[in-house]
Amino acid sequence: MLNYIIRRTLYAIPILIGVNLITFLLFFVVNTPDDMARMHLGMKRVTPEAVQQWKEERGYDKAMVFNSEAQGVERFTDTIFIKKSIELFTFDFGRSDAGRDISYDISQRMWPSLAIAIPIFVIGILTNLTFALIVAFFRATYIDVWGVIICVVLMSVSGLFYIIGGQYLIGKVLHLVPISGYDVGANAIKFTILPVLIGIIGGIGAGTRWYRTIFLEEISKDYVRTARAKGLSEATVLYKHVLRNGMIPILTGAVVVLPLLFMGSLITESFFGIPGLGSYTIDAINSQDFAIVRAMVFLGSALYIVGLILTDISYTIADPRIRLQ
Amino acid sequence: MSARSSMHPVFMNIAVSMLAAFITGLLISGVKPVLLWTDALIYLLVIAISAFIIYASKKEHFLVPWRQVVQHKLGMVSLVFLLVYVFIGLIDSVHFRMPVSSQNTTEQVTETIYDGDVLSILDVVLTKIRTQDEKTYSAPFATHLFSKETIEHDDGSLTREYPRLKYAGSHLQDPENDLAGDIRSKSISGGIDGIIFWLVLSLIVILFVAHDRKENFFLTLKSFFVGSASRGGVPWALILFTVGFLCVLVGAMTELAPAYHVFGTDKVGQDVFYQTLKSIRTGLVIGTLTTLIMLPFAVLLGIMAGFLQGWVDDVIQYLYTTLSSIPGVLLIAAAVLMMQVYVANNPDLFETDSERADIRLFFLCVILGVTSWTGLCRMLRGEAMKLREVDYVQASQALGVSTFTIIWRHIQPNVMHIVLIAVVLDFSGLVLAEAVLSYVGVGVDPSMHSWGNLINGARLEMAREPLVWWSLLAAFIFMFVLVLSANLFSDAVRDAFDPRIRKQ
Repeated sequence: MLNYIIRRTLYAIPILIGVNLITFLLFFVVNTPDDMARMHLGMKRVTPEAVQQWKEERGYDKAMVFNSEAQGVERFTDTIFIKKSIELFTFDFGRSDAGRDISYDISQRMWPSLAIAIPIFVIGILTNLTFALIVAFFRATYIDVWGVIICVVLMSVSGLFYIIGGQYLIGKVLHLVPISGYDVGANAIKFTILPVLIGIIGGIGAGTRWYRTIFLEEISKDYVRTARAKGLSEATVLYKHVLRNGMIPILTGAVVVLPLLFMGSLITESFFGIPGLGSYTIDAINSQDFAIVRAMVFLGSALYIVGLILTDISYTIADPRIRLQ
Repeated sequence: MSARSSMHPVFMNIAVSMLAAFITGLLISGVKPVLLWTDALIYLLVIAISAFIIYASKKEHFLVPWRQVVQHKLGMVSLVFLLVYVFIGLIDSVHFRMPVSSQNTTEQVTETIYDGDVLSILDVVLTKIRTQDEKTYSAPFATHLFSKETIEHDDGSLTREYPRLKYAGSHLQDPENDLAGDIRSKSISGGIDGIIFWLVLSLIVILFVAHDRKENFFLTLKSFFVGSASRGGVPWALILFTVGFLCVLVGAMTELAPAYHVFGTDKVGQDVFYQTLKSIRTGLVIGTLTTLIMLPFAVLLGIMAGFLQGWVDDVIQYLYTTLSSIPGVLLIAAAVLMMQVYVANNPDLFETDSERADIRLFFLCVILGVTSWTGLCRMLRGEAMKLREVDYVQASQALGVSTFTIIWRHIQPNVMHIVLIAVVLDFSGLVLAEAVLSYVGVGVDPSMHSWGNLINGARLEMAREPLVWWSLLAAFIFMFVLVLSANLFSDAVRDAFDPRIRKQ
């Protein structure tokens, strides 16, 4: 088990190097630091000195991958590629193009993100499981048929509509909670309630339909027939047997996104004015802050890989038949 | 599609001659055709789909599931809606530039100067609602502006009031009393036009089906309503009713839209209905071209990884794990940001604004394709790995059949259903993704009409009191109908093609 985890972690390194290579290509080769400097300083009134200074401040003034001015190994290490890559691998994200410390910003902003993402994740899964079990209980009846149609309808509504409609109805017409904003401590609850609610409602359609398919697949298996033959009630069969076995594929889907909860949701956070990592990323995209976007791409990939490893581990816990080797 | 294959030549002839007549008409009127990047790909897609239909119509194993699709009631109703969207999208994909009437014909060589705006057939059809721009916001079916303005009267006095709109309802003498009656009479007369058109259309369809079944007219008509399930099973009555509903709707719109702003106007006074119709093409392009671009990679790499194994498998697995580990939105954002910088530094590459917007749309499709091929690739790899161990593949390997032939003859036909299901399922997700990406600011060009841009523009006015709701509503309705039809149709396709479901 421990062996397996170590090996998987080592596998992650080439993938992270690949991710790093892609981001490097995107951010430094397709567009040179000179382009970025000009973009940031404004297209028209820009002197070569200003560009040079902008690059020096951010460490972009070195050679790309091969430094012909340096000596020995330094020829390869004293370059943008190596310097910036090593910084990322040590999770030292440096300063944003606007001059703020990215690591500090991330450590501050992940809490609001989690305050929204964790309730959506947990309550969302429980809601979807409940609905899916109800629909599976009434399978092949009108409740099932209409349940699936309602799910498809809910899936077909744009997520933006849920947010805008929810904000309008609950915030503006009913005046129950503030439309947007955030506060620390217990006051945060009144700001988080609406985004969490909307996040859950937005996920019901796809989630319920997916879980229903999983349950129906389990129901057609032999052990369920055996359980019924023993004389167990339909509710017991569903709750004790089908739910537990159906949890295995559900776990795979859930655990893999678990670490990514840190990243927050781009859309929800920016609509509700929550100072989390999602809105941080969106602000960076809008202000074209490449250092932040690069850091977030790397962080996201690292978290995704962690999610994959966690999924494998959770498999062994949920299903004793699976052994990792 | 199957039983009526005898009708194909007739339809083809009509379509080809209409197209030819249209192109000659275009050339005579002296416009300059413009082939945008996405246009070219759309034509390619149309050709590919036609080729696929011709190919599939000869293969029995493909016809069986399709016969099941055409019997699916909800699926066929959605298909009618989808075809309407596709039709609008297609006539919006033939672009040209109008000649500007040049006065200086004194010299020998008269050089025609073309207008900077790239128009499409849809623009020409909608000329009236395209050009009737008001001053600023106005509500649906309004005759007055949404905001008060200071108006100077003939006697020199100034008052603050809602001014009349320049175009919408300008034919009304007394808007307050006449408006409701005028809307009613216009809808009714338009609706009647729609019904007449529908009756003619239904007649043609019934005649075609009767001819195909070698039956008489009334027997066919009766079979549509009575026991349709036993007769070929196509739910003709339901299809015709859906078409009828759409005919009435379109008929009423053709009367109402030129006289009023059916979905109001936006901040600069442009008709929202026109914008939503133009957005259809953007949505369809993103939903279909993305798949067209990623499909060759996903299919080729997926089958290669699963079938060849060894280092090929390792490399391909590494490639897609790396790509899928980058959060999709961020990769798209990064790529689009980089493209913005590139376009900003090379402004002289693009002749018109539309061409610049179009290249961005094309690029967005490519990037979405790069981020979305991994899922399908992984699935195909698994399937190819399974098929590799199947007896007939082992047998052909033992007989010394080349790898390429095995892949083409044995693997490819057996994974096509997975590809088809994935393509249809991806479509609706991509249409929804466009709106979100445009909202984030990494979607289509801000000058391009799209549902995302429409929503984004309206969102900025959310704080306004009273609310400007119509752009949002129009975008959401049009998006919802498209995505819902696509979802329901894809369910029908999946039910018919997925062997696991088909067995039950």
